[in-house]
Amino acid sequence: MSENETPNNSGDLARARAKLSAPDAPRFWQSIEELANTKSFRNFLENEFPANGESDRKTFHIDRRNVLKLMATSAAMAGMSACTKLPSEKIVPYAHPPEEIIPGRPLYYATSFPYHGVSTGVLVESHMGRPTKIEGNPEHPGSQGGTSVFMQASILNMYDPDRSQSVLHEGRVSTWDDFAAAVGNARTRFMPTGAGLRILTGTVTSPTLAFQIQNLLKQFPQAKWHQWEPCDQDNVREGARLAFGRYVNTVYHFEQADVIVSLDADFLVNGSASVRYARDFARRRDLGAGASSNLNRLYVAESMLTSTGAVADHRLALRSSDIDDLARQLGAALGVPVPPSANASARIPSGWVAALSRDLGAHQGRSIVIAGEQQPPFLHALAHAINDKLGNIGKTVTYTEPIEAGPVNHLDSLQELVADLRSGEAQLLLVLGVNAAYNAPADLEFESAIRNAIAANTLRLFIHSGLYNDETAEYAHWHVPAAHYLESWSDGRAYDGTIGIMQPLIAPLYDGHSAHEILALFTGDVETSPHDLVRGYWQGRRSEKGKAFEDFWETSLHDGVMANTALSAISPPLRADFASQGGGQTLGDPRALEVVFRPDPSIDDGEYANNGWLQETPRPITRITWDNAVLISPATAAERNLGTGSYLVLRLGDRQVEGGVFVVPGHADNSITLHLGYGRRRSGTVGNGPGFNAYRLRTSSARWIARGVEIEATGKSYSFASIQFQYTIDFEGHQADEESVQAFNEHRDLVRITTMEEFQKDPNFARNPELEENITLYPKVAYDGYAWGMSIDLNRCIGCNACVTACVAENNIAVVGKDQVARGRIMHWIRIDTYFQGGLDNPGTYFEPMPCMQCENAPCEYVCPVGATTHSSEGLNDMVYNRCVGTRYCSNNCPYKVRRFNFFLFSDYTTPSLFGVRNPNVTVRSRGVMEKCTYCVQRINAAKIRAEEEDRTVGDGEIVTACQGACPTEAIVFGDINDPNSRVSKLKAQSRNYGLLEDLNTRPRTTYLARVRNPNPEIAG
Amino acid sequence: MAQIFHRSTNLISRLSIYGAVIIVAVLAFALYDLALSSWYTQQHMKLQQPVPFSHRHHAGELGIDCRYCHSSVETSSFAGVPPTQTCMTCHSQIWTNASMLEPVRASYRDNTSLEWQRVNALPDFVYFDHSIHVAKGIGCTSCHGQIAEMPLTERAGTLYMSWCLDCHRAPEKNIRPKSEVFNPFYAPPSNTHPVQFEGVYYTDQASLGRRLTAEYKIQPLKTLQSCSTCHR
Repeated sequence: MSENETPNNSGDLARARAKLSAPDAPRFWQSIEELANTKSFRNFLENEFPANGESDRKTFHIDRRNVLKLMATSAAMAGMSACTKLPSEKIVPYAHPPEEIIPGRPLYYATSFPYHGVSTGVLVESHMGRPTKIEGNPEHPGSQGGTSVFMQASILNMYDPDRSQSVLHEGRVSTWDDFAAAVGNARTRFMPTGAGLRILTGTVTSPTLAFQIQNLLKQFPQAKWHQWEPCDQDNVREGARLAFGRYVNTVYHFEQADVIVSLDADFLVNGSASVRYARDFARRRDLGAGASSNLNRLYVAESMLTSTGAVADHRLALRSSDIDDLARQLGAALGVPVPPSANASARIPSGWVAALSRDLGAHQGRSIVIAGEQQPPFLHALAHAINDKLGNIGKTVTYTEPIEAGPVNHLDSLQELVADLRSGEAQLLLVLGVNAAYNAPADLEFESAIRNAIAANTLRLFIHSGLYNDETAEYAHWHVPAAHYLESWSDGRAYDGTIGIMQPLIAPLYDGHSAHEILALFTGDVETSPHDLVRGYWQGRRSEKGKAFEDFWETSLHDGVMANTALSAISPPLRADFASQGGGQTLGDPRALEVVFRPDPSIDDGEYANNGWLQETPRPITRITWDNAVLISPATAAERNLGTGSYLVLRLGDRQVEGGVFVVPGHADNSITLHLGYGRRRSGTVGNGPGFNAYRLRTSSARWIARGVEIEATGKSYSFASIQFQYTIDFEGHQADEESVQAFNEHRDLVRITTMEEFQKDPNFARNPELEENITLYPKVAYDGYAWGMSIDLNRCIGCNACVTACVAENNIAVVGKDQVARGRIMHWIRIDTYFQGGLDNPGTYFEPMPCMQCENAPCEYVCPVGATTHSSEGLNDMVYNRCVGTRYCSNNCPYKVRRFNFFLFSDYTTPSLFGVRNPNVTVRSRGVMEKCTYCVQRINAAKIRAEEEDRTVGDGEIVTACQGACPTEAIVFGDINDPNSRVSKLKAQSRNYGLLEDLNTRPRTTYLARVRNPNPEIAG
Repeated sequence: MAQIFHRSTNLISRLSIYGAVIIVAVLAFALYDLALSSWYTQQHMKLQQPVPFSHRHHAGELGIDCRYCHSSVETSSFAGVPPTQTCMTCHSQIWTNASMLEPVRASYRDNTSLEWQRVNALPDFVYFDHSIHVAKGIGCTSCHGQIAEMPLTERAGTLYMSWCLDCHRAPEKNIRPKSEVFNPFYAPPSNTHPVQFEGVYYTDQASLGRRLTAEYKIQPLKTLQSCSTCHR
C-alpha cells in the first residue's frame, strides 16, 4: 500500500466486480486488490519483498560497478566476521538445589487462565523456574487440550517490561508496607459501617475471592461491590432473566447438535467457552475415513464476517439490528408465540426462514439456536424459547446456576458507582484490575466523575490495582502493581462451573500483589499468604479432612481441576409471559447506517493492547495487524465512494471518532463494525498509538449496536498493514500456455471444496491421480527411519490464529512492527491464508493454514549457494542459521512463499525481561538470516532422544508440534508417514487428501484434507 | 620513445609476483594455524576458577563416579554442575577448615551460587545433548579427554564442528561398552588390553565398534549428519 497511490477507492471495487463477472473470473480470490489487480498487489505478487526494491532504489543507485564493489567488500567483510573469539560464559549452579528441577529439562505445571473472569485450564512449560510456553490442559473441560490466541500470548504479558513495577502513592514510588499502613488507617476510619467504601472488580468466578469480598461486606455492611466488564454478558444474563425469571448459566453441547443456528454469535472464537465449543463443533466436522453423514450443519446470520461465519454451511450477511426480525420470524415459524419485530427487515431472503425452521424441526433435540452477546436480551430469551420448543433443553443445551460469584447487571452496577461518585457518597474506591476510565460507556464520563470526585475531595482514597499503570491508574492515590495470573494463587470456575486452581509458576517479577492480598488487607487478615487463603478456603469447604484433604489438594493442583465440581444441570421453567416483554423498541430509521462494537479478535477489549505478539497476529478475514478499522461492506463503500484506506469521521449523537476504512467482503451492507481495544493512551510502548478508540462512540444505551451513525470522508488516507494480499501464490508465473492452464486449473486449486452431496458421488474429487504417480527421472529418495509429515483438515480449521501465536511463542519468532509488516516482512512461520469464492457481497470463505510444506524435492534447497538449507534423513527441510549468508535465493524459489528473512535485528537483544520468555531450545535469530517452519524440530529431537534412551521407537502422537498442540479443533495432525498406522498416515490415506501445487513435483510433506460443506439443498447458494 | 624501465626492473616485478603468492600462502597458513591454536580454540587452557577443583584428585585418585556430581548427565541435555550442597556432603566432614574451600562454605552458608568459568562452551546455535551420547556408549573421556589426570580442568577438544563430525561420521571409532562410559581410565581395546563385551574379548576398536554400533542401534550416518540433529 504505497503512499503515492490514491486510497483504494470505489474504482477498485468496480474493477473487482467486473473481474468477478467476467468469463475468466478466478475460482478463488483473496482480496479486492487482487481482483482489481492494483499496482501494490502486483508488486507483492511479483516481488517477494517489493518495499525493499522501491525504497532502496531511491536512496542508493545500483549499477554494475556498485554491485561489484559491494560484492567485493562483503566477501572481504564476511571473512572477518569469523574472527571472533567465543565469549566466556559462567555456570552458576544452585547452592541448595530445589527438588524436581533437572537443569535442561522442562517441567509442566497445571494452572488456570482467566479470561473475562472465567478460567480455562492450562499447562505451563517451565525451564529452570521460568515459564516459557502455555499449552491447553487436556483434563480441563474448558480446554480439553486446546487453546486460544489469548491463552498462548498471555505469557508475554507477564514478561512485559512495560508492566507497572512499583507501588505508587500520588505518582511517587512507594512501598507495599506503606500501602498496607494506608489501608490499615482507612480501615479504622471506615469502621464499623463502611459507608462510602466502594469496590470495583471485573467478573468474579473465584470462590475464594468472592468469599473475601463477602467477608469484607460483612465487616462493612454499607460498603458496596460493583462489577464492570466492557465486553460483558449483560444481554446473556438479562435474556435468561426474561426467559426464566432469574440468572442462569447456559452450557451448549455442540457435539450433540446436528443443526446449529447462530444469530450473530461468533461462538467458535469469541467468549470464555469458545475453545471447548470449537473442539466440540469440529468433532462433528470430521468425515472419518468414509463419507459418513455425521456432519453437522451450521447456519450463521451475522453482520461482520467472522470465523464462525466463514465455516458456516449457510451464511447470511445481515445487519446486527436486523437479526431481531430474523429470530422472531424463525420463532414464529417454529410455533413460539412471539410478537413481530418492530424493526422489520427487508433483507431476509425468502425461503431462508422456512428452510431453517424445517431443518430445525427435523432435528428436534439435536439442534442449537444460539444468540450473540451483542444481541438484545429478548433475542436471548427467544433463543431459549426456541431451544425449549425444539426439545433441545437437557440435550444440546443445559442450564446451571450462574458461574459468577455475584451475577449482576454490569451496566447498572457501574452506573450506580458513577452516581455515587458524582453525589460524593463514594469516599474510598478500590479498583481491582478494571480500566473503567478507558472502557466505560462514554456517556457515563467515568473519567471526569473520578477527577471531579477527587478534586472535590469527596473521593478521599482511590486505590487502583492492575498490571499496567493505565488510564484509570492515572488518577489513583495509590497504584499497586497486580500480580499476573502466572504469579498468583487463586481459583476460578470454568464455563460449566468446574473449579480450577491457579498456582504461580514464578515469584512476582515486578513486586506484584494479587487481589486476594489487597482484599486481605481490607479485612484485616494481613498474616495469611495468598496460598493459605486459597487452600484454607477449600479446606473449610471440602468434606475431606486431614490426610484425605492433602491428597485431594495435591491431586487438584496436579490435574489443574477439582474433579466433579462442574455445576449440576438445573431445569428452570420457561416463563409463560416472556413473549409479552418482547414488544421491542424501534431502532429508528431502518435505512440509517448501523454501527456494531465488537472486541478485537487479537487484543480483545484492550486488555492485550500492549502484547506485541497479539498486535502482530493478523485478524481473521481482514488480516489487519496493529490496527482497528472502520469495517464496511463493498456495496456500502461503493455507494459512498469509499475504499480501503479512506479516512473518516464517524459521528454518533454528539460523539465522534476518526478512523480508516477497511472494506470486508461479506460484511452486511449499511452496517459498520468497529473493534474495541485500540486508541490506548497509557497501555505501554506497544499499545499506545495504533488505531482509534471506539469506546468513545459507545454509550450505555447502545453498548453493542446503534443506528444512525454518520460518516464523512476527510479526504485524508490511512494505510493498513494487512497481509491479505501479501504472499499470494503466483499462478500466472507457473502457467506455460493457455491449454495447460485449462488442463491444470481443475486440479490446481489451492483450496479444494465440495458439498456433501457431491462428495458422496465423487469422494476422490480433490485427488489428481496423474500427479500422484510422481513422474521423475531421478531415483526416489528412500526414507528408512521416520518420515515426518503433517495433515491439515480444512473441514476443521476455524482460522482462529491459535496456531500462529503458539508458533511465535514456541519458536522465538520476532515482532517486527506495523511498518515492516506493510513491507511484507512479517516473520510468522505459519499463516492462515483466507480464500473467497463467489461474489463480493457474501462470498464463501475458506481458511488454509500454511506452514512450511517440507517438500521432499524442495526448490529452496537447490538454490542455496552455501548449503544453509538441506534435507534431513527424515525428510525435514532443515534451516541452518549459522550457515545462512542471506542471499534469499531460497525464498525467491519457494512457490509457497513460506520463508521469512530477518531484514533487521528483529529479535530483541537488549530488554532483559524479554529474554525470559524465550524457548531455550530454539536459536534466537539475528539479522541477515532466513528462517521458516521447522516442524518444531526441537520437539522431534527431544522425543527421539527419549525414545532412543528407552530403546524403543517414537510412538504415534508422542511428538506434538506447537501449532498442533494449540489448535482448538484438532485440525493439524503431525506424525510419521512411514508408519501406516499413525494418525497422520490414516488421514493422508483419506480420499480428501491433496497437496498444494503438486504438479511442480515438490512432493510436499504437508498435505490438506479438502473441505466438504454440508449445505441445505433447500437453500440455494 | 625510450624505455621507461630498465631491464633490471624485471627482477623486481617477478619478485613481487612470486612474493605476493608466497605472502598470501603464508598468511593463509598462519591464519589456519591460528584458528587451530589453543589461543583461539581455548583448547588445553586452564581457566581461573573460584575454587581450584581437581578432577585428578576427585575422579582419578578418589574414584568418585562422574554421576555423583554431574547427576543429570543421564537424563538431560545438560550434565549438570553440582550445587554447593553436593560439595558439602563430603566437605562438611573433611577438610572443613581448609582455606581453599572457604568460597564453597560461604556459598553454602549464604545461599549464594559459586560462579564457575565455563570450560566447554558451544555456540548458542548448537544443541548438544549429554544423555543420548552417554546412553549410546560414548564415554566421558571421548570428548572431555583424560579428565582423571587433570589437576585443573581444561578443554580437551577444539569443539569445532569438524571435531564433532569426526565422530558423527564414524561413531564406531569412539564407541565403548555402556558399562565403561563413566570409567575415566578406559582405554580402547588393544592386544595387551582387550575389552570384554558380553563374554567376547575384543582386541581392536574396529571390531568392537562394529559390534556396538549394531547393538546400540546407532542412528544411520545420514541421520547423525543431518543439520537438524544439532542445529535448530
